Amino acid sequence: MLTHTSEPTPISESRRPTVELRGITVTFPGVRVLDGVSLRLFPGEVHALLGENGAGKSTLIKVLTGVYRPIAGEISVAGTVVTVRNPAHAQAMGISTVHQEINLATNLSVAENVMLGRERRRFGAIDRKDMHRRTAEVLAQLHLDVDPGSLLGSHSLAVQQLISIARAVQVDAQVLVLDEPTSSLDAREVDELFEVIDRIRASGVAVLFVSHFLDQVYRISDRITVLRNGRLVGEHLTAELPRLQLVSEMLGRSLDVLDELDVSARSSTGPDEARPFLAAAGLGRAAVGPIDLELRSGEIVGVAGLLGSGRTEVARMLYGADRAQHGTVVVDGQEMRVRSPHVALRAGIAFASENRRSEGLIGDLSVRANIVLAMQSERGWARAIPRRQQAEIADRYIKALDIRPANPEAIVRNLSGGNQQKVLLARWLLTAPKLLILDEPTRGIDVGAKAEIQRLITSLAEEGMSVLFISAELEEVVRLSHRIVVMRDRHKVAEVVNHDTTVNDLISIIAGDAVATAGEGGAA
Amino acid sequence: MKAVLSNRLLWPILVLVALLIATRLQAPTFFDIRVVRGNLFGSLINIARNTAPTLLVGLGMTLVIATRGIDLSVGAVAAMAGAAATMFLQGTNEPNRIVNVLLAVGIGLGLALLAGAWNGFLVTVLGIQPIIATLVLMTAGRGLAQLITDEQIITVHSQPYKLIGGGYWLGLPFSIILACAIFVLTALLTRRTALGVLLESVGVNPEASRLAGVRSRSITWTVYIICAIFAGLAGLMITSNATAADPNGTGLFLEIDAILAVVIGGTSLAGGRFSLGGTLVGAFIIQTMTTMILTLGIAPEITLVYKAAIVAVVCLIQSQEARALVRRLVFQRPDKVTSDPPAAVDREDEVVVAAVDATELVSVASDVTGEP
Repeated sequence: MLTHTSEPTPISESRRPTVELRGITVTFPGVRVLDGVSLRLFPGEVHALLGENGAGKSTLIKVLTGVYRPIAGEISVAGTVVTVRNPAHAQAMGISTVHQEINLATNLSVAENVMLGRERRRFGAIDRKDMHRRTAEVLAQLHLDVDPGSLLGSHSLAVQQLISIARAVQVDAQVLVLDEPTSSLDAREVDELFEVIDRIRASGVAVLFVSHFLDQVYRISDRITVLRNGRLVGEHLTAELPRLQLVSEMLGRSLDVLDELDVSARSSTGPDEARPFLAAAGLGRAAVGPIDLELRSGEIVGVAGLLGSGRTEVARMLYGADRAQHGTVVVDGQEMRVRSPHVALRAGIAFASENRRSEGLIGDLSVRANIVLAMQSERGWARAIPRRQQAEIADRYIKALDIRPANPEAIVRNLSGGNQQKVLLARWLLTAPKLLILDEPTRGIDVGAKAEIQRLITSLAEEGMSVLFISAELEEVVRLSHRIVVMRDRHKVAEVVNHDTTVNDLISIIAGDAVATAGEGGAA
Repeated sequence: MKAVLSNRLLWPILVLVALLIATRLQAPTFFDIRVVRGNLFGSLINIARNTAPTLLVGLGMTLVIATRGIDLSVGAVAAMAGAAATMFLQGTNEPNRIVNVLLAVGIGLGLALLAGAWNGFLVTVLGIQPIIATLVLMTAGRGLAQLITDEQIITVHSQPYKLIGGGYWLGLPFSIILACAIFVLTALLTRRTALGVLLESVGVNPEASRLAGVRSRSITWTVYIICAIFAGLAGLMITSNATAADPNGTGLFLEIDAILAVVIGGTSLAGGRFSLGGTLVGAFIIQTMTTMILTLGIAPEITLVYKAAIVAVVCLIQSQEARALVRRLVFQRPDKVTSDPPAAVDREDEVVVAAVDATELVSVASDVTGEP
């Protein structure tokens, strides 16, 4: 074990933690991922685990849930030192986990999902009545108004998330691990989730909450543990930790980065006033639109709106991921039908989906293969990019975007979220798009990487790229965009030229304050 | 050394060698090769000859499986192609004329191409699950073959046609030379162009591939056509070697052998990364087993059980989990505390293999045990 120069001193506590991890060290071939990390989870407390991507948060959770075994350190549950053999064993000891991506069967009912693998049997058959009754009990405890017999897939992602929490607490959980539970929820849904967490906390469960949203961490957590580069930086009571200190602990540096961003963001060049690169008129399909939109070179157009407001749908139509049923699109002065992503790609449009894993990355392939994929498919299969050139391209982008590990042959599935996002950005930048559509490019990634990506977007626009920037974080939209399109109920409700627009202005438009919308001006 | 040990082809090759040696122990003349009029004869040569159709179909099947699909119709397509080609030859006055044989081959392969286009249409345009889509032709194809031959077994007497599946060239059976040539072509086609990586990409994540601009529909369609053409060629080989086309018998269970060859070779049925080299070894293992059963005179009623047992063993040997279990049971070592997740170990293997063998005759598929 390495000795630390400054060993963080734990806050003295009279209570006994439900679960305690002490001096956990984990190595993967060649890398020490966790180095002597400790974590205490107290009953009836929400404990936030924070750190940049690659700080070791996920690995620590995987140690706690028995996916990895540490080479040093010990885990004690209720004061007894234990070996967590596997996730099922962790569950049996009362440690339940809800993962970032919902791992439930959408084609089964809510009750079947909650009880999956724990069905009570009667005469050898599953006792459905009992299953529904017990599910209804759990849902009632959490004040969730959901029919246990309904199909899981018929509910929104947010509700599915709450149901997966219901599933996790159904087994007398002592510890509930929530890994990025809010990353796909909108503000109202977050409130709902927090109410549920409050009830779980009140029942004496120790909750481990992992999130990148500092506001939420301050709202919900009692205690914060910060990791950096696989080391423990500190454990604090939330009430006693100033936000500035937290961020600098996470980054391991002062806040220059963020300050600097504020200065450099929103490129000064501004849009090219000539004809737009892309002009859509009356574009729509099914329940979306019709929408008019003009995107110019050198301009960042932000799209604001709640989850489900049609933000993503518009992006997908522009890219041909979903075909528009009516309306026209003029790209570079020529009217065209964007029938498929391939067509869009050839027209110089790139689209990075918000769902990195399911709609972005090819998990089993290397970083190199993932980066060159779009360029390769643009060229067609017959004209392979020579292997040596692929390696050069990969190396260039790994350096330029600081992708870690800096190994082009690393399997992309094993990278952290921020690095995966960078791989996707590299894929699209390589195609030298004229219009880059980014759907939630900074979601679920840490503060440092977020600042890097925001800065990248700004500089791309300065170089003349047209950027359509979709984000649930209004601060980000306001900071980066030249123009902001506001969506509500799958329609464009306003278009605001961003001079001194504030987040509050946007919120009132989104909220449907009709007067405010008209007063905001520039509505197309 | 580590590169050799971590190569996924190692275990299938060892199994193949073990099968050969085991047969040799029982049948002393098994390795004998005689030269008769410049041509090689012997059990090993027979194995090579008879492997050719399985290998061909296995190659096409590997590509289809890489896209997360499967093609159950290959046996029926082989029967159709064989029936059409032999019917044409039987109908001509001069079955020995090269032009007529080439026409017959063209007709057989053309029919196979149509069959593949049909499968691809069902899978890509109509979005039917591959196992169901190809089941259609698996059933209907035999019926079509019967229609072509009017439910008769068609015999064919044509020297040039006989060459395809039963003839010799440069002292070796022409069929295995042809199959190996097509193996090399397929390897070049998938690894020298971007077809291989695009196939894998479609197999790993179809939606992400589509959004990355990959024309997954046309790629998948092409692969079903390639697979059917290879199956058709296999049908020509089989009918040529047997000098007869039997609509019910030609290529019977060929789909099973081909899928087994792919799985034994280490390509995962879950799609994604594939190994043509693995399929090559897999096809040889299947044929060696069949020959071994005949050579050892194993009672016909238990041959299938016997074959199944060997397949199960091969799959178990390839599974890391199973090997680890055996090690624990045999050496009684306590559950050593490891921090390496199994996935990390796999990854390292892949990197090593990839560095050593850039031409990608490597298998990196897992989960072999999960399959039949």
